[in-house]
Amino acid sequence: MDTTLLVIQGLNGLQLGLLLFLVASGLTLVFGILDFVNLAHGSLYMVGAFICASLTFYFDSFLIALVVSLPLIGIFGYLFEIVVARKLYERDHLDHVLGTFGAILVIDTVAHIIWGANGISVPLPDYLEGQVSLTSDIQIPVFRLLIIAAGLASAALLFWMVNYTRLGMLIRAGASNRTMVSALGVDIKTLFSLVFAMGAVLAGLAGMLIAPITEASLGMGNNIIITAFVVIIVGGIGSMKGAFIAALIIGVIDTLGRAFLDDIFALFMSSEAAENSAPAISSMLIYLLMASVLYFKPAGLFPPKVR
Amino acid sequence: MKKLTAAVAIATSMMAGFSIADTVKIGYVTTLTTPAAIIGQDMQNGVNLAMKHLGGKAGSHDLEVIFADDGFAPDTGKQVTDRLVKQDNVDIVAGYIWSHVLLASRKSVLDNDKFLIISNAGPSPAAGKLCHEDQFSVGVQNDLGPMAMGDQMNAAGVKKLYIMAPNYAAGKDMVKGVERTFKGEIVGKDLTKWGKDAQLDFSAELAKAKASGAEAIWVFYPGAAAGAFIKQYQQAGLSESMPLYTSFTIDAISLPKLQAAGFTAALGSQTTQIWDPTIDTAENKKFVADFRAEYGHYPSYYGAQAYDTIKAIAAAVEAADGAKDRDAFRAAFKSVNYDSVRGEYSYGNNNFPIQNLYLREFVEGSDGIWTSKIVGTVYEPGQDTYASQCKLK
Amino acid sequence: MRNILGKGLSSWGMMVLLLIVPLIFYYTGNAFYLDLATRLVILAIAAVGLNFVLGFGGLISFGHAAFLGLGAYAVGIPAYHEIYGGWDALASTNGFFHFGLAIGVGALFALVTGAISLKVKGVHFIMITMAFAQMIYYLVMSIEEYGGDDGLVIDMRSEFPLISLDDPIQFFLIAFASLALIMWLVHRMVNSRFGMVLRGSKGNESRMISIGYPTYRYRLVAYVISGAICGYAGALLGNFTAFISPEMMDWSRSGNLMFMVILGGVATIFGPVWGAIAFIVLEEILSGFTVYWHLPFGLMLVLVVMFSRGGISSLLRGKEDK
Repeated sequence: MDTTLLVIQGLNGLQLGLLLFLVASGLTLVFGILDFVNLAHGSLYMVGAFICASLTFYFDSFLIALVVSLPLIGIFGYLFEIVVARKLYERDHLDHVLGTFGAILVIDTVAHIIWGANGISVPLPDYLEGQVSLTSDIQIPVFRLLIIAAGLASAALLFWMVNYTRLGMLIRAGASNRTMVSALGVDIKTLFSLVFAMGAVLAGLAGMLIAPITEASLGMGNNIIITAFVVIIVGGIGSMKGAFIAALIIGVIDTLGRAFLDDIFALFMSSEAAENSAPAISSMLIYLLMASVLYFKPAGLFPPKVR
Repeated sequence: MKKLTAAVAIATSMMAGFSIADTVKIGYVTTLTTPAAIIGQDMQNGVNLAMKHLGGKAGSHDLEVIFADDGFAPDTGKQVTDRLVKQDNVDIVAGYIWSHVLLASRKSVLDNDKFLIISNAGPSPAAGKLCHEDQFSVGVQNDLGPMAMGDQMNAAGVKKLYIMAPNYAAGKDMVKGVERTFKGEIVGKDLTKWGKDAQLDFSAELAKAKASGAEAIWVFYPGAAAGAFIKQYQQAGLSESMPLYTSFTIDAISLPKLQAAGFTAALGSQTTQIWDPTIDTAENKKFVADFRAEYGHYPSYYGAQAYDTIKAIAAAVEAADGAKDRDAFRAAFKSVNYDSVRGEYSYGNNNFPIQNLYLREFVEGSDGIWTSKIVGTVYEPGQDTYASQCKLK
Repeated sequence: MRNILGKGLSSWGMMVLLLIVPLIFYYTGNAFYLDLATRLVILAIAAVGLNFVLGFGGLISFGHAAFLGLGAYAVGIPAYHEIYGGWDALASTNGFFHFGLAIGVGALFALVTGAISLKVKGVHFIMITMAFAQMIYYLVMSIEEYGGDDGLVIDMRSEFPLISLDDPIQFFLIAFASLALIMWLVHRMVNSRFGMVLRGSKGNESRMISIGYPTYRYRLVAYVISGAICGYAGALLGNFTAFISPEMMDWSRSGNLMFMVILGGVATIFGPVWGAIAFIVLEEILSGFTVYWHLPFGLMLVLVVMFSRGGISSLLRGKEDK
């Protein structure tokens, strides 16, 4: 286990963490402000990936497709809010979970009908296909570096928006005290729709960024949504900073677990058994983290201030 | 008077038709939902084409195929198998892509005295301890292809190998297969999460492979995961330093996607299999040409095996006059009395085929479409190593 | 208090039909529908168990599939060792041992995870229960010996004196009797002093605390009982399918159980059974039509949540009871 490998795996973890953050940031906004548990948030991630993949072939360019897809997925999120989510805000969490669970089934099946069961492979322009050398030993694929850059840029933009704009002020206020915000005469419905659409854009972006690596495929959203929930619970519901830090922690834990746990297990069990159990145990780690955080700090690591 | 005789003749022939040539029902289990449905579709196409070529008949018997979706999950597979056996009352249950689905479902078929004809899955227990006189494979036992691959890598002078496969029954069999014949050192091995929420981002594993100093990498990623793996392999810049050997990964299902996305890393890589679109028999030429005409792309071995499954069943039904005389059907099926698209093969004591294994290389075809060609024969013929554990005969 | 039974002839009629219709199917040559009914009854037991905490206790557990899975493995693992050797202390085909173990493991897992989970409230409770279920899901998946991801095929069923679970009729009758018994037990518990406190703390916890009831302890006991019921259902399920896989504990299965409870009507005795019937019958009919059956199924789920409150029970109960 040399340092070079550790650095590379750290970068891989960072990349995964940033993708998680893009999904989780929208989720934590919606959850924090609207108190709405949206299991279907992962479907926005999947739909984003599929739209971008189709458009890549239409425009013959991944980057143009990406730029065009972002507003489209925003509109999709906006419509979803109006048609489904809005009707459920005043219900309890139980209804949220079930209603959006149903929405997942619907969106997944419609995607199956539109795009087929076969995933869509997304071609990248040549200059994104190679690798870059960070040092003489450390090489990472250009595109993964791009994901890291895009993830950091979105995070920075989001922080700026939440902390220094009027919309951001309302969002922060909404996260800590919803009734107060509406009492102040803010058009809460539009604010909610905007927040929802923004969450959709962020999740969709994550889907678009991962599609050239893993393909756009059915069910990809369901794999990430549970992890994204872990992120926002660990980070503290409604907290952007918490989501960011928790996403990075979880991305790194997951990657390092996959990379090194089998070697560690092999020290005290047969390599056969280690190879078999390590992937599952490393998947378990993040739930262990969540349960312990919930037990010791039920409000998460960085709960939004005041209430 | 004439009218009356004609009517009687028609009536008797109808009755005769009803009593003798009853319909043989085949339940076909494959994956029709989830991303893995891409394989199921190929098999469904293979079955439908076989039915078309047969005119839906086997001798005097009508054939009826009922498709069922295993949802890529063992428990769902077992449920739909139960339904085929108990509700649809099929005579034969066929199909199965996935080894773990087959292992979960086989008992439901065999305990109810139905025939089980496996198209693709080849888990080691089914060929060994759990072999059964009513269970036949038309595919290949899992270990065999990778064993041939191991021999091939020895021949290519590979000394250090990295191994990756999904963590389920077939993945483990395949890894065992490579390990059995590969003579060099295995410097690293990763078994990744499989199933509905399969792992598709291999960044951590590829980084390990790169750091391991391996001279080559062998993988098994069937279906949709194949595309994801090849892309990341190319993106990680391994295509120059670490040649790719695959088993059941690059195929007619993943090639069109890889070609569309321009992943040239797939070309030139080799695999070992029981079938190839270029096998030079009349039967195979007809199959490949008609398949391409009907569905617009090359069949994969899944499609070929599905096609063979129906043809094999039809031949046995014809020879045994239905599937009711169980001994006759068994004997007829075991005698391989039809022209398989892979050429000739025979059955071992465990009812798994003894057949040639070809070395296939992926190339650009004369029409510009990526496909494969045969560059050698590794085993002629080859048999799996589990046959000796089977108590039959 | 009467309406807690989800009163009315319709519910009793449903139970009678649930008993008789599958038997009619069986004797008219449709054995598959008896199997379907057995699975339905087993899931209904689990739904009743979940409803005990979710409906009456207001504890939204998103991890109850874990108890089902644990119960199933409590049958599978002793049977596995009986067949393949090893761990002689555990190897057994004795049904009382299997079911006892299933109930014990279910209760124990509920005790340990409940003790931690019940410290948190609201949506955090939903998530922490899901986290524990996922942990056990991955834990089981990592154990190579019991099949890991591939699952465990058991070639035998639990053995009891006089009765045989291999006989589909006997199996169904036992499952049905278990359901009826457990419904009666839940009814008794809900209407006992214990149940009053449990329901009271759902409505107004601080009041119950100020009256002097340690609500945490009451809830924990309820959670353990619920875990034991689902463990029992899991033992039945493991015997029924003779195939046990981690898939049984997947979070979507927990979602399905919740769906049955909500669809049928929370905090009613018959509701979960109605929900299980609706769920299985819909799944069976829709999946027969098209591979895209998740579409109408999901739509219905969304519509039920959006436009109906109180589930099927409340529809049947009508207005006079409200």
